[in-house]
Amino acid sequence: MNSSIVSLSEMAKQIKNGHKVVLFKDCSVPMELGRTLIKQGTKDLHLVTVPTGSMLPDMLIGAGCVATVETSGVSLGEFGLAPQFGSAVKSGRIKILDATCPAIYAGLQAAEKGLPFIPLRGLIGSDVLKNREDFRVIDNPFMENDPIVVLPAIAPDVAIFHAGMADVYGNVYIARQAELKIISHAATKTLVTVEEIVDFNILEQPELAPAALSAMYVDGIALVPNGAWPLNLPGYYDYDRSSIKAYAVAAENDSSFKTWLETQNSSSKVNSH
Amino acid sequence: MNHSIEELLIATIAEFLYGLKHIAVGVLSPIPGSAALLAKVRSEEVKKVSIIGSTQEPYRLDGGVDLFDCAGQGRVDAFFLSGGQIDGQANVNLTGIGAYPKQETRWSGAFGSAYLYFLVPRVILFREEHSRRVFVPKVDFISAPGVSAPNIYRPGGPYALVTPLCQFLFDRNKKQFFLKSIHQGHTLEEVHDNTGFDFEVPETIPITAAPTKKTLKLIREKVAPVIADPYPDFAKKCWPNH
Repeated sequence: MNSSIVSLSEMAKQIKNGHKVVLFKDCSVPMELGRTLIKQGTKDLHLVTVPTGSMLPDMLIGAGCVATVETSGVSLGEFGLAPQFGSAVKSGRIKILDATCPAIYAGLQAAEKGLPFIPLRGLIGSDVLKNREDFRVIDNPFMENDPIVVLPAIAPDVAIFHAGMADVYGNVYIARQAELKIISHAATKTLVTVEEIVDFNILEQPELAPAALSAMYVDGIALVPNGAWPLNLPGYYDYDRSSIKAYAVAAENDSSFKTWLETQNSSSKVNSH
Repeated sequence: MNHSIEELLIATIAEFLYGLKHIAVGVLSPIPGSAALLAKVRSEEVKKVSIIGSTQEPYRLDGGVDLFDCAGQGRVDAFFLSGGQIDGQANVNLTGIGAYPKQETRWSGAFGSAYLYFLVPRVILFREEHSRRVFVPKVDFISAPGVSAPNIYRPGGPYALVTPLCQFLFDRNKKQFFLKSIHQGHTLEEVHDNTGFDFEVPETIPITAAPTKKTLKLIREKVAPVIADPYPDFAKKCWPNH
C-alpha cells in the first residue's frame, strides 16, 4: 500500500487555515472533502477557481471557510447565480480577485514551469485589469509599441479534486480532465478523493497512462465513493439535479443556507447514496 | 412554415457564421450553439464547432486551455458573448452593478470575455432580453471593452448584436452600432424605447429575413438533436415533438 492513501478526515487536516487552495470547475469537484472542511471549521482559505467555480466555492464561502476568492466567475450555471458568493462580495466579507479564464490558466502554467510571471493578450482597457494590482502592463521587449499584460504565477499550497480511479501506487487516472495536471503541477501538494482504488499500476496500462497523474505529484488519496455528489463524475454518475436545485434555493438567504448546512452535517448522503 | 422566435434568432445568427473554419460557443448559450451547428450543417468550410459543456466527441474542447490557446493563435473565428449590461461602445459587463468591489448586484464574473473579445475576429453579442436595463448608455463595470486604442493588439472584437427585436452590426471605426434589420412584428420606435444607447439607423430599415422551410427543417432535424446534449431543457422547450 502506498503511504499516500489516507482517510478523508486525515486528508482534510492537511488543509490548513489560510491555505491557497486550487479547485477545477467541473467533472471532478471534491464535494465531500469540501463538506469535511466545513465540519472541521477551516478558515481564511484563499480559493483559486479554475477557471470558474460553482457550488463548492459558494458553499465554502457561505460556511465561512473563505477569506479570498480568485476567480473568473462563480455561478451555479443553469441553476442561477451563486447566492452566497454574491452576498459575500457585496458585504465585503470576502476579498475578490476578479480574473479572466485564460489568466487563471496562464498563472498556473507559469507556476508549473517554475516561472515568476507570464504574459497574456487581452485585458487592457478592462476594469478587471484596473482592479488587479498584481497584474501589470509592460512593453513587449521584442517589439516596439506593443503593450502587453504580465501576470504573476499562481502557486497554490494545495490542489484538491475528485477522480474516478487511483491505484495502490499513488497514481491517479484523470480521464478527459487534462486541466487537473496543470493544477497539480502548480500546487505544492495535491490531495485527491476517488471512487475506487485499483491494485494494478495505472501507468503500466497503455490506454490509461496518457490520462494519468503520476504519484510524484500526488500527496494524498482518500477513497470516497460518490465524493462529487451532488455534482457529476463522467463515467460514474450524473448530476443530482434536484439536490443542486434545492441548494440553489436554500442558498438564497442566510438562514435557509444555515438550515441546509446543518442537514448536510447531520446526514451526509455520500455513503448511503 | 411557422417558426418560433428561437428559430428566427438561430437562423439570424447563423448568417454571420457561414464559411468560418472554427466557431466556439461558451457556457449558457443554447441559441448561439444552435446557430453554430446550423452553420456547420449548411457550410462545408466550417470544420469545427466547439461547444463548452458538450460531451459529444466532435463538439468537445480538449479542456478549457485549448479554447484560449486556439484563440491566441487566431484559430477561433467566431465566439459569442452576452452581458448583464452592454453599452453603445460594445463594452460588456458580466461582473455586476454598482461601485466595485462591493457591488449592489454581483453577477458571476468576466469568464473568458476579457481575453476572447480581443482575439476572436467575429464576436457576436447576443441577449434574449432587449431592455434599457441591459442596453445602457455606459456599463457600470467593463468586464471586456468593446474598442481599444490603435496600439493595443486586437485582431478581434464585436461584430454584431442580435436581440429578440432586431440585429445591429458594430462599426469598429465609428465605435457605434448600426441597425441592420428589425424582426417581423417590431418597430423602430420599440427598438429606441428599449435601447439606452444611440445607434445609427439606415434610411430604409429591412425586416429580418424569416428562416426558409429548408432552414427550419435543418434546425429541427440536424441541430435540435445535437444541442439537446448540452442543453436538454432548451431542446425540449423549443422542439417538444423532435
